[in-house]
Amino acid sequence: MIEQIPQILISGLLSGGILALIALGMNIQYGVGKVFNIAHGEFIMLGAFITYVLYTGAYGISPIITLAVSGPILFLLGFVLYRTLFTSLRTRAPTPAVFEGNSLLAAFGLIFVIQNIALLIWGGRTRLYLWLNSPVYFGGMVFRANRLVALGLAVAICVAFYIFMKRSRLGKAFRAAAQDPAAAGLMGINITLVLALCFGFGAMLAGFAGSLVSMYSSISEVMGLNFAIGAIVVMVLGGLGSIPGSFIGGFITGILGSLVSFYAAPLLAPAYYGLFLILLLVRPQGLLGKR
Amino acid sequence: MRILEGQGVTKNFGGLAAVSNVDFHVDQGEIVGLIGPNGAGKTTLFNLISAALPFKSGEIRFKGKKLNNLKPHQICKMGVARTFQEIKVFANMPVFQNVIVGAFFGKPTRISGADAASEASQALEFVELSEMRAVPVKDLTLVNQKRVEVARALATKPELLLLDELMAGLNITEISEAMELVKRIRDKGITIFMVEHVMKAIMGICERIMVLHHGEKIAEGTPEEIAANKTVIEIYLGEEAHAGS
Amino acid sequence: MDITKSTPRKLLVPGLLLLILIALATLPLYGPLIGVQVYRLFLPTVCFMYIALAVSWAMFSGSTGYMSLAPAAFLGVGMYTMALLREVLPLGVIIIAAGLLSFLIALLVGLVTLRLKGIYFAIFTFGLVVLIGQLVLYYEIHVNAIRGRDIAPTSPENGYYIMLGIAVATLLTAYFIRRSRLGLAMQSIGGNEEAAAHMGINTTMVKVITFAISAIFMGAAGATLAARIVFVDPTMAFNLNYSFMPVLMAIFGGLGQLYGPVIGAPIFALLQYWLSANFARYYSLIFGIILIIAIVYMPGGLAGLLPKLRNRLEGVITKLWKGGKAEQRANT
Repeated sequence: MIEQIPQILISGLLSGGILALIALGMNIQYGVGKVFNIAHGEFIMLGAFITYVLYTGAYGISPIITLAVSGPILFLLGFVLYRTLFTSLRTRAPTPAVFEGNSLLAAFGLIFVIQNIALLIWGGRTRLYLWLNSPVYFGGMVFRANRLVALGLAVAICVAFYIFMKRSRLGKAFRAAAQDPAAAGLMGINITLVLALCFGFGAMLAGFAGSLVSMYSSISEVMGLNFAIGAIVVMVLGGLGSIPGSFIGGFITGILGSLVSFYAAPLLAPAYYGLFLILLLVRPQGLLGKR
Repeated sequence: MRILEGQGVTKNFGGLAAVSNVDFHVDQGEIVGLIGPNGAGKTTLFNLISAALPFKSGEIRFKGKKLNNLKPHQICKMGVARTFQEIKVFANMPVFQNVIVGAFFGKPTRISGADAASEASQALEFVELSEMRAVPVKDLTLVNQKRVEVARALATKPELLLLDELMAGLNITEISEAMELVKRIRDKGITIFMVEHVMKAIMGICERIMVLHHGEKIAEGTPEEIAANKTVIEIYLGEEAHAGS
Repeated sequence: MDITKSTPRKLLVPGLLLLILIALATLPLYGPLIGVQVYRLFLPTVCFMYIALAVSWAMFSGSTGYMSLAPAAFLGVGMYTMALLREVLPLGVIIIAAGLLSFLIALLVGLVTLRLKGIYFAIFTFGLVVLIGQLVLYYEIHVNAIRGRDIAPTSPENGYYIMLGIAVATLLTAYFIRRSRLGLAMQSIGGNEEAAAHMGINTTMVKVITFAISAIFMGAAGATLAARIVFVDPTMAFNLNYSFMPVLMAIFGGLGQLYGPVIGAPIFALLQYWLSANFARYYSLIFGIILIIAIVYMPGGLAGLLPKLRNRLEGVITKLWKGGKAEQRANT
């Protein structure tokens, strides 16, 4: 069994990269937009289905190219949702605590809305497409090419986003809005627009993640929930709202998940929750979060 | 008797020392003022005393008992009550209900509903807010909301009352009334430790004043001594000069 | 205390409630006369279950603002308690045991999460139903080698009475907590948690106790439901929908008043029943949209709109009255 360890670890990194991407999107939405989007998993699902439809459709568009479709579509969806629903909630909420609670419940409602629209459109069968499914061997380990490609793209997207947040004006506006929305508003930043944009970006990252997941895994309309739960654990591990935390948390959780999946796959959620429990007892702010 | 004292109290936020090695004391029956420019650490110090924030360095003792690892509700039951800089009233509840919360929960022993109600009424009378007892607090003016906060704190029957910027946002008449209220509270036997920016109030009612600057205690003394203290004048003049430029 | 209400008016609401309760309690007896045959008692039973779920959800989340998404977890625990113990213990004992087990689980969850900021509690409860469901599924498949369990049924009348009893117990508990010190403490926490703590309230314990109490009724309701649907498997017992419906019912009905969830529950229980016949694929979507609209546009729910409607009505009547009087005066 020891020989399997490297395979398990690398496999963990592969899923960890995707988890990091998912957590990154949710952390932006929570850290900046102050909405804990438990419907994030549904955005992932939509991204996955967009890629599925485009690849298995008449034109057989390469899944990599479909990123250019799923990303913007989900960005638009996230932007519009924030601009309408969450901005309404934000202006009507008497305190930030009330906004946090209401937006959480609204996101809860969104889960049912989006999932059921998807079920109406696509019918509810688990789907799978085969693309780049050939095995790749090195160092005594074997991986599917599609998983390697997915990881590479996930890392690339994360890095690109990180640079964007650090260097670009919009990225700085995001960080300003995260720290102090009122002050940022006074600095001339159009807070309503910036918050909606960042929620859109978060949704876009979910769309990317979904497209990437579809490359190597089967998909279904109900796949979102498990991703959301995994992402939550990643967020708590890395620190709620922490963008660097998404990366570290993602990879650690991915490795943990890979270990558990190897020995007892159905116990993945309980394993995640075990980690969750320990974190809440010992270090709720996570690795990089603030107390 | 020193009802409240602290030694070497330090609180860091990341790299920033909000409160730095501060020693302080308040004697029973005194009205002590805590002043300093914005960001000096005054509210932070209050937050450490009332356990709204935790701290590891230094010691704070109330009537000889260490407060370091206690929770706010425990400190309240020991006899320390406070008001807040950003008024933390229960906005959707009526005035009377706000105050009775203090009466019910602020004491170490359980009291009956009837006793709590009468104590709450007394506290409301004391701050002269009895006619407003049924009004939801969010519908009150600022000065009345502050009164509610004070009444609620008084209903916990404290021995020490921490007032955090009670006079902020009040006009001249309201400030005089508030000063009278503070004196009457002290006359009831309650020790008062107050953070304030309104100089007239501080100089007018405090027997002793402490000055914080960048988290450190830089001066302490009677109002006259503080008013004549060169360092203090520089800090405040410097602040004004800065504000004017 | 409103002493301006005369005695007859004070007795009006409790009297009405008592009448409704008697009417409901005796329904199985006269039911067939009005078309409610015994086999039709299932729908009212489900209504009572949702009342219990919605009221107990509102009991905690309504006043403190801490959003629990856990009802489905406790309901599922209750269902499986019944499934596992049906042959071993009397029905009533199992239902109580289900309530107690849910109480203990909620106590644990609360002790871990309610010392922290509200978001941790919410996201922990969000996945709780999936966690427990997967644990049960694993245990059943790998240890017991079965996927679902049959449960010896209880009669429709039994189920009806027990669920009615649970709903009434939930309402009574909610009512008395509201008027008690515990209720005042929770309202204070909802108003401003830091101030509440500084007034001597042990906020963590207050939250934990109330959350745990609210779970009792969810577990008991689950056990009772299981005895009526006679088959459970982990996927349908641990279903996020059972967290969604109580939230929808409580928010739509209104969190400010005790009767808010009581109004909301039957509305959506009946809607779900009727829509699942013809529009099975659509009603969940519609309900999700309604929840979102209710959160944004109906902060007080239906119960919150009623006083406004009444005020408007009174305003109109007063204007007409005064207008009439002014005319009278002008004519004399």
